Amino acid sequence: MSVRNSMTGQDSMTGQLRKYAGKLVAAGLCAPGEPLFAALDAELCFSHAGDPREGLAREVIQGLGAVALLLAEPVGPCQAAMRLQAERALAADEAFVTPGDCETRTFLHDLPVVRGLDPKGITDALSRRKGCIVLEQGRVLMAAAGSMSPEQPFVTASSMAFACFVAWFDSHLRDARSGTLTPARREEFRVLRALVDEDQARPPQALPELMPGPFADAGQARAAMIQAGRAVVEYGLVDSSFGNVSCRQTAPEGELLLISQTGSSLDELAGCIDPCRMDGSSCVGLTASSEYTAHKAVYDGGAARTILHGHPRFAVILSMDCGKPDCPGLGNCHRACATPRAVEDAACGLCVPIVPGEVGTGSFGLCNTLPPALTENGGRPGAIVYGHGLFATGAQDFRDAFATLFNVERFCREEYFRRVAALGGA
Amino acid sequence: MSEQLYGPHGLYGWMGRVLRVDLDRRRGEVLPLPESVRREYLGGRGLAGYFLRHSAVSACYALPCDDPDLPLVIAAGPLTGTDAPASSRCHIASRSPMTRAFGDASLGGRLGIELKHAGYDALVITGRANRLSGIEIDDGAVRVTDATALSGLPVPDVFSRLREARPSGAIACTGPAAENGCRFASIMADAYHSAARCGLGLVAGMRNLKYVAVRGTGSVPVADPAGLKSACEDILRLVNASPALTGGYGFSRYGTASLFDLMDSRRMMPTDNFRRTHFEHAGGLGAHALAARYHPVRRGSPTCPVQCKGIAGDGRPMPEYEALCGFSALIGNAMPELVMRANDFCACLGLDPVSASSALACHRELTGCEYEPDQVLALLLGMATGSGPNKSEARLGRELGQGAMRYAEDQDRPELAMHVKGLDLPPFDPRGGYGLALAYAVSTQGGSHLRANPLSHEVLRKPVATDRFSFSGKARMVRNAEDAHAVAESLTVCRHMLLAAGVEEYAKAYAAVTGLPPRDGGGAADLLLAGERICYQERMLNTHNGMTASDDDLPERFFTEAGSGTPEIPVPPVPRAEFLAARAAYYRVRGLDENGLPRRETAERLHLPWPLNAHGAALEEPDGQGRQGQGKGQGKGRWRG
Repeated sequence: MSVRNSMTGQDSMTGQLRKYAGKLVAAGLCAPGEPLFAALDAELCFSHAGDPREGLAREVIQGLGAVALLLAEPVGPCQAAMRLQAERALAADEAFVTPGDCETRTFLHDLPVVRGLDPKGITDALSRRKGCIVLEQGRVLMAAAGSMSPEQPFVTASSMAFACFVAWFDSHLRDARSGTLTPARREEFRVLRALVDEDQARPPQALPELMPGPFADAGQARAAMIQAGRAVVEYGLVDSSFGNVSCRQTAPEGELLLISQTGSSLDELAGCIDPCRMDGSSCVGLTASSEYTAHKAVYDGGAARTILHGHPRFAVILSMDCGKPDCPGLGNCHRACATPRAVEDAACGLCVPIVPGEVGTGSFGLCNTLPPALTENGGRPGAIVYGHGLFATGAQDFRDAFATLFNVERFCREEYFRRVAALGGA
Repeated sequence: MSEQLYGPHGLYGWMGRVLRVDLDRRRGEVLPLPESVRREYLGGRGLAGYFLRHSAVSACYALPCDDPDLPLVIAAGPLTGTDAPASSRCHIASRSPMTRAFGDASLGGRLGIELKHAGYDALVITGRANRLSGIEIDDGAVRVTDATALSGLPVPDVFSRLREARPSGAIACTGPAAENGCRFASIMADAYHSAARCGLGLVAGMRNLKYVAVRGTGSVPVADPAGLKSACEDILRLVNASPALTGGYGFSRYGTASLFDLMDSRRMMPTDNFRRTHFEHAGGLGAHALAARYHPVRRGSPTCPVQCKGIAGDGRPMPEYEALCGFSALIGNAMPELVMRANDFCACLGLDPVSASSALACHRELTGCEYEPDQVLALLLGMATGSGPNKSEARLGRELGQGAMRYAEDQDRPELAMHVKGLDLPPFDPRGGYGLALAYAVSTQGGSHLRANPLSHEVLRKPVATDRFSFSGKARMVRNAEDAHAVAESLTVCRHMLLAAGVEEYAKAYAAVTGLPPRDGGGAADLLLAGERICYQERMLNTHNGMTASDDDLPERFFTEAGSGTPEIPVPPVPRAEFLAARAAYYRVRGLDENGLPRRETAERLHLPWPLNAHGAALEEPDGQGRQGQGKGQGKGRWRG
């Protein structure tokens, strides 16, 4: 359902710009009042007035002919991780950073690095890619554009921040394993770790109060999905508009698989949940999440009633950590790793399998690897897809699924720093 | 010219040659395709427009559709014949007998590939044969053949006869509709693929051209095979991540018919000639119900990862969304078998199912009649052949075969024809998507959503979801999407690919195939500039054809009558004032004047030559009030054809 718009086109667009600027701030990716969004339809408008970057934004958006542009400076560990990788790329005479996570691999491909606030350089980079990193006086700025809507640069910037964070910590652990860390790199690590610790204090520390199941009807199930989706974002367990959520629910018209729509933001699910029939007899689910096929197979193969999928950062980073540097399958780990792997904690009986798989369908799609991991041998509460994210299941509501997301990420963060320390990388 | 554009056997990507066949003289000649034209118009739709602009406009006057000098162009793209996903198509264009505007259609099958393998980027057909003829191309050998034995045959029979002599290669042909003056006659290729819209089959029929058969033994050189492989992986990764293309309900499983349930649930399904937007019998007609009943197998063009064509277990083509909705909700039919039969009739007779069903719906509203199944089929037969089970149906069929617009005008009820510029609207209701409303109105082709496909973001949520009941930002969205679709159809990539990948990803494939450096002609920005040029070229052609802002409009119904909304999804009339404001904004961002007419400054920025009058002097710019130069003295002249 679309929300009716009673404002004029220009007011409506400015409202959208402010909304997405606010979301970047709420996610802890940018400082309040900092992100500058610009939108160009017949006229140009900005998210806020008086920004010294207005001229730059004007030149870039007009040069691109784009609908929307974002200039935003990340803060905290994302700023440091992005800056260090951009500097490293330029020092190696590389024109871009290439993180290995799923979002970059699928949607961004690579992140061009531009020296200085050069309108031509930024325009050139954004004519080739959705977003770029601008290195200016020891700080980095994210620039992103969209041909349709301000949501595009918002999603791109969120993904860039996530990708650079994951890439930096992943590379540090890899280099620790290979024994190639320098004192300078260890110092960088100490700075980054402090920033991570500071950042971790931001989201709530205790589990949220989520609606108990079983749900009486589809309406109640939708309300529970909306609540759970909002909590996943609030707790920092997913960035931007990625992730998805679903619920198997009995309804008068038959068994339904309620699932978030493709490209929906988990913190804005109202009106963005598709009622797919479990018997497949209607195609209204054409707009369902790209992981619909995997969700369906999990429900078909086991007893789960809910699935919650987020992109918790350290779970993703650990999924990419491998102790086999000479593996013949290197380079195809994300889609065809043949080694059974898991995040395990013998102390508390935690065992979360890590599986390869690309987004959606296809021969290497996670729809082939994730369902068995979650349903075989009596089922598992969660599984991590390499470089992508964590899928957690619930028996009758989202409380246990959320707890799995929350606890696995907490464990993975501690486990990451333990591994780095054990390898002498701290 | 850069040496790196040449491989060991010539160009990379393009073949560098155009075959021009004159049906009058029954001979062909090979012309070079200059580098500047390749770079600026790419291929496919862009190249077709280029040849039309250079051939179809004589001394600033546009040629009528039946003028032998007006070419029918079949153009492949630089990616055609390579491994680039869904790139094996070609584009057919001429002046549409339905609209007077630039008329074009994308065509699947092997025709584009075989044309490239035979050594040509495009086939330009002019003249009029003195009897029904075919064109046969076997590498360098070109023949104009006698096709009189094929006259009146249904399309499958034409293919069967031709396949006896030509078991391999591609075949495109028309059906009886093209021979009998039906304005929405289609061209069919390789049995199941159609260039259905704009009446291009009639353009072939007016030239006594029955078929084109092409067989090539060459190959398309690729400058950077490893780069192309990497680009293909990027694109296929996005295709696999696309719910609309390869998801559980995607086109790869059900074809575009999977849109049927969605359109009805979004209250966008045109019902009873667009009087309503919800069909109460939709539940028994959806893609899943049809699949359960007719057991289709999936087919598609070479290199297509989606394979959205469906062939029923009994060999009939499964209806695409447009035919499914057109022969059900639009005409008040709840019987799936009638949909199947009507769709099959269109394929056999060479009819565009969109225009055929639109004409039926218009007649139904005008007379208040309810169709019996046999009557629907009889009228389709009448549209295509002028004959039928009885004289009245044959006559009515002939009248409807001129299209809904002309039929409704003849009946003094022009408001009952649901078209833009004479081309019938496909069954997606514009009251359910304001970007769709704008895209319909400003489309250079007429009533088509596919120039900008706003359904992509207004319904299918790609690349992101937009508010479908708002015009905010839609002018530039439509323009940007038009440019991107022009790129796709010039490369010639299936437009559905843009539901997953974008110009960004296809630019990598383009650079790898052609060898053009990404920073010097082979980048996404270069492609989008070409896309803008291609769209503007069509605007200029349409101005030659006499079109102004008054043609960039929707039927009045959409501004005055509400759709079939619900409390959750109200579907009011499209707000007229906001529509006009959005159209004016579109004109500004497109670089047109306030009447939607070309500006010399924009044309020159895009390297599009400003038209000259008969004395060789540049035409005046239109005066902004819709009035054009009056042809007095040097530097003046009329755009209108």
